[in-house]
Amino acid sequence: MATATNRMLGHLGDSVERLEDPPLVTGKGKFVGDINFPDQLHMRVVRSAHAHGAIKSVDTSAAEAFPGVIAVWTNTDIDDVPPIDFREGSDPTLALFRQYPLARELVRYVGDPVAAVFAEDPYTAEDAAELVILDIDPLPVLINADDTPQDFMGKATTEAAVVEQGYGDIETTFDKAYKVVEIDVKVSRHTGVPMECRGAIGRYDEARDVLEMYGAAKVPHRNRDTLCRMLNRPASGVHLFEGHTGGGFGIRGELYPEDVLVCVAAMRLGRPVKWIEDRQEHLMAANHSRQQRHIIRAAVAEDGEVVGLDDELYLDQGGYIRTHGTRVANMTTGTLPGPYRFPVYRSVCHFRLTNKTPAATYRSPGRCESTFVRERLMDAVAVAMDMDPIAVRRRNLISLEEMPYGRALDVLGDSVEHDPGDYAGLLDQGLAQIGWDDLQKQLEERRSNGEMVGAGISMFFEKSGLGPSDGAKIFIDNSGYIEVVTGGASIGQGFETAMAQIAAEDLGTDYRRIRVVHGQTNRIDYGVGAHASRATVLTGTAVSLTAQAVRAKALDMAAELMQTTADSLTITDGAVHSKNNPTGPSLTLGEIAEALLPTSKIRGDREPYLKGEEWFHIDHQTYPYGHHIAVVKVDPDTGGVEIEKYFIAYDIGRSINPMMIEGQLVGGLAQGVGGALFEEFTYTEAGDPQAVTFADYLMPTLQETPEPEILLTEDFPSIRTPLGIKGAGEAGITGAAGAIASAIDNAIGIPGAVTETPVSPQRLKTILREHGK
Amino acid sequence: MSDKKEIKLTINGRVHNISVDPRWTLADTIRDHCGQTGTHLGCEHGVCGACTVLVDDTPVRSCLMFGIQADGKKIRTVEGLANGSEYHPLQKAFMENHALQCGYCTPGFLMLATGILEAQPDIGDDELNDVLSSNLCRCTGYANIIKAVRAARDEMRKTD
Amino acid sequence: MKPTAFEYHAPTTVNEALALLAEYAPNDGRILAGGQSLVPTMAFRLARPTHLIDINKIVELEKISVEDGALCIGANVRHAKFHTPACDGVLGNLLSEVVKSVAHYPIRQRGTFCGSLAHSDPASEWCMVAATLDATMIVQSAAGERVIPADEFFDTVMTTTLNDDELLREVRIPLLSKDSVYGFQEFSRRAGDFAISMTLVTYRLEAGKIVDPHLGVGGAEDRPRRIAEAEEALAGQIPSDSIFQAAADAAAAAIDPMEDHATNAQYRRELTETLVRRALENTVS
Repeated sequence: MATATNRMLGHLGDSVERLEDPPLVTGKGKFVGDINFPDQLHMRVVRSAHAHGAIKSVDTSAAEAFPGVIAVWTNTDIDDVPPIDFREGSDPTLALFRQYPLARELVRYVGDPVAAVFAEDPYTAEDAAELVILDIDPLPVLINADDTPQDFMGKATTEAAVVEQGYGDIETTFDKAYKVVEIDVKVSRHTGVPMECRGAIGRYDEARDVLEMYGAAKVPHRNRDTLCRMLNRPASGVHLFEGHTGGGFGIRGELYPEDVLVCVAAMRLGRPVKWIEDRQEHLMAANHSRQQRHIIRAAVAEDGEVVGLDDELYLDQGGYIRTHGTRVANMTTGTLPGPYRFPVYRSVCHFRLTNKTPAATYRSPGRCESTFVRERLMDAVAVAMDMDPIAVRRRNLISLEEMPYGRALDVLGDSVEHDPGDYAGLLDQGLAQIGWDDLQKQLEERRSNGEMVGAGISMFFEKSGLGPSDGAKIFIDNSGYIEVVTGGASIGQGFETAMAQIAAEDLGTDYRRIRVVHGQTNRIDYGVGAHASRATVLTGTAVSLTAQAVRAKALDMAAELMQTTADSLTITDGAVHSKNNPTGPSLTLGEIAEALLPTSKIRGDREPYLKGEEWFHIDHQTYPYGHHIAVVKVDPDTGGVEIEKYFIAYDIGRSINPMMIEGQLVGGLAQGVGGALFEEFTYTEAGDPQAVTFADYLMPTLQETPEPEILLTEDFPSIRTPLGIKGAGEAGITGAAGAIASAIDNAIGIPGAVTETPVSPQRLKTILREHGK
Repeated sequence: MSDKKEIKLTINGRVHNISVDPRWTLADTIRDHCGQTGTHLGCEHGVCGACTVLVDDTPVRSCLMFGIQADGKKIRTVEGLANGSEYHPLQKAFMENHALQCGYCTPGFLMLATGILEAQPDIGDDELNDVLSSNLCRCTGYANIIKAVRAARDEMRKTD
Repeated sequence: MKPTAFEYHAPTTVNEALALLAEYAPNDGRILAGGQSLVPTMAFRLARPTHLIDINKIVELEKISVEDGALCIGANVRHAKFHTPACDGVLGNLLSEVVKSVAHYPIRQRGTFCGSLAHSDPASEWCMVAATLDATMIVQSAAGERVIPADEFFDTVMTTTLNDDELLREVRIPLLSKDSVYGFQEFSRRAGDFAISMTLVTYRLEAGKIVDPHLGVGGAEDRPRRIAEAEEALAGQIPSDSIFQAAADAAAAAIDPMEDHATNAQYRRELTETLVRRALENTVS
């Protein structure tokens, strides 16, 4: 028996290589664009060039006559297909604002799908799509969410909802405050922009009456359920399959009009239908995010305690409300206080439609925006009170002694309860590690030599592990090879490896003997997918509980076969042996599985097979926490910003694979830098999008992306799950804009200078010029 | 609609005799008409580099060439990097250094790195960074890609 | 983002290419060289050529040589050729410094020097080099050959004075003298991006005074050009910070900067002042 000590078995805490990698580095991955079916059609969507208008007519005759075109649809052809509903269930107050798969009566943003061409190949489909003539009567265009709301179809206004959360007496608190500090800040419209555009293939197996969709991601089971409702089909007759996915970031995987179209078309045209979006479409049709304006004020006591926080925000939702409903508003208003006490709080979100691409969730939704806003305000409080910005934060942090700390706030249906963590303690560790005091001295000296350099900090808390429940299945075959079936999803974050490591830990095996199944709705009834940093916490714990159950079963069978007791046995590298005798007699998991076959005479009364299925129910989400520190240098002549140094401190609770966790932080930071300095979707007054190519929508390259120093701690394993793990997907991005803005203010010596992102060189030059620098 | 032309594409040493519409990009020709889907489309306008392949050993954005232009040329894609069951040093380095997450940009980076390391085996760190900044990645934040390519460079220099 | 249909031609001689161009140019037939600029516009279907005349097989267009005191660059010479100096002397060094700012490594393997000029993107480094150094364009059609000086070649954004049936066959850049100095500065949002503004300055010294200054600005206006006011501020002067500042101010005042949704004229103007000043400082450091 090989000794486990001279190779890593991939248990918890091991930075092992990922199971996902071999097919990806050899070009054998199967992204949806790589999948082809015999006789397939290619779909091309015809999109509105008007930001707002009434559809007078759609002339498809020339397109239909084009050689190689099989059909051209408008809403009339699918008028029995309802608008796309909300993922978490119906909401009559918002139902009016949903989007049909093809526009009916109105178009509400440039890019709004109006017709669909189905042809023999994608080149032909694109040629024919140009021949579709849209006759649209323009209507007034609403670009800004903070302008007066307009009428919406005579039945409502474009202020689709007002989402408010809070606690305590705002009026009195602000009346009596020692000082009131107010800022007005904006986060730009930007979004995930994964390297793979969206795509979907619909296929109807008429022989078995099963509708299949390939290219699913993120929430396959939920989307399956929505499709079943929309198309009136049973769950056993709709299967969604996730292959390889080229990044998600919250954008990919929600049910879009195009996904519904390929499914309906596959059934009605009798051939598989493949749709692969191009980049220009992606930038105007895949979910946007982030665009918020906050007017926020703090009521401050004489010693710097923020005794009240009052926030009013405008959330720019774009043309329709898609699958998320008002969840981003809920998350923003629910997480704005962050790691600080703020005994009195109110946040009022004006959730407003505009004539732009619909918005939804993008990595750290609600938290990324609220962290920027709140940390800008804390910096402003420090200036107003003539206090050190770190001292102000310390004064307001929730202390370890107060944990678990509940707030009368709701985040995604879960009341906020901070699980234990030492926010100030981690801050101490971070400042010590980066050498904050020495850093300040060095920067001061460099500034006196004329350099515009500065440092800034941003503190945040994150959320992960949204419940309520998840389950997993494990099956071990006669060779000892293990299959773990989950309802999870992989968007490139290493889900398979993480689950395999958890199972390997509990089963005492090598993680390389484990296959992890995800994103196949026909393999397991239920799944939470992968979002909200929940996969590791929720699905991971379900896998752990299932593995422990299977382990118990294996030891129970082995105990009988080895004529001993189960508690005297353990498993090492897939073999069961006595704890006291590691090199003595042993049985492999495969041999035990064989003993448990239905036909096995030695199985006894035990349920057949070495397998298990368990559930995990979580009461509350976990709230991991940390801070970002940025050191920047500003070129006063060009307005250019260089990030000289970056630091992220984060308490992960317990790591499964530290290498993968750091990968999430570093990758998240790259997107955070993008949002802070580069990325922005702008529109003309007429509603024409101005960033629809990679020459206009700028994402950081290697040269613009700093490599952060990371302090990853496991000081406070989560109390919400027996594994103690917390999610890592979003912490790298959440604090970035706040830290960078803070550092820029410090570098240019203008407190509160940065009030909007991205801080482009031109914006920074304008600020410098206005302040005579 | 123009007539198709007969061309011969040699991809990873294997000859593909195909009829192409001149407007098919090299990327689409390789993917859809020669069955090699390892090369990916990220933007189709020459900015992201996900479609990078080697044409006569030179890294090229295959979305900016037409398949017909590659007639008679030697094309190498990610599927041809490994030597049978033996990984290329770059593939090994990427896996060892966690230089990929979703893997979509990875073939482009692998072929770009292969091209530059073959052309300039002694390339310095700064110049290597400059070359690698040609391609976009949205997942990794690049740090591990840099580590992996440097490690492969050092490894490949040893065995030369 | 698939291109529209076209007929494809791959001539092997210049005359063959010109004959094809004469026949098809009236119907939007175009030259395909590196493709790094043309093909993206075709992907967006902004360009819809009905015929593409691929000149990559024409061996004589790969020529790059020094003749009669000028560097002669043929239509198929790739940007990558300038990674190492393409000729001895100052000009060779200048071009191999500027080339580092031209797009990215893989683009430079296919894209061509002459192709950049014919494409006339205001943010093209080679266009600015050609304008600043008074390059001459050797242009040929089936009807014959003509020579266009740089200051008559770049018309406006994406537009030159080439006729549709003409091929930019060769560019000639006068060599710089051994004692010439140069400075090049560019600013863009990210590594490899289009320049928001850029400048190239060359001059030499006679008895300590600046002689024959060439100062060109690109990326800021709809076409690159020499800025006479800035050159006048330098000519006959002893290099110093104040002279350099005067030239930078003159350049900034003289230009009529472009505006687009991302960049306004004031920013471009101020940026140009900074870049000209820094380029001039480069000449003495």
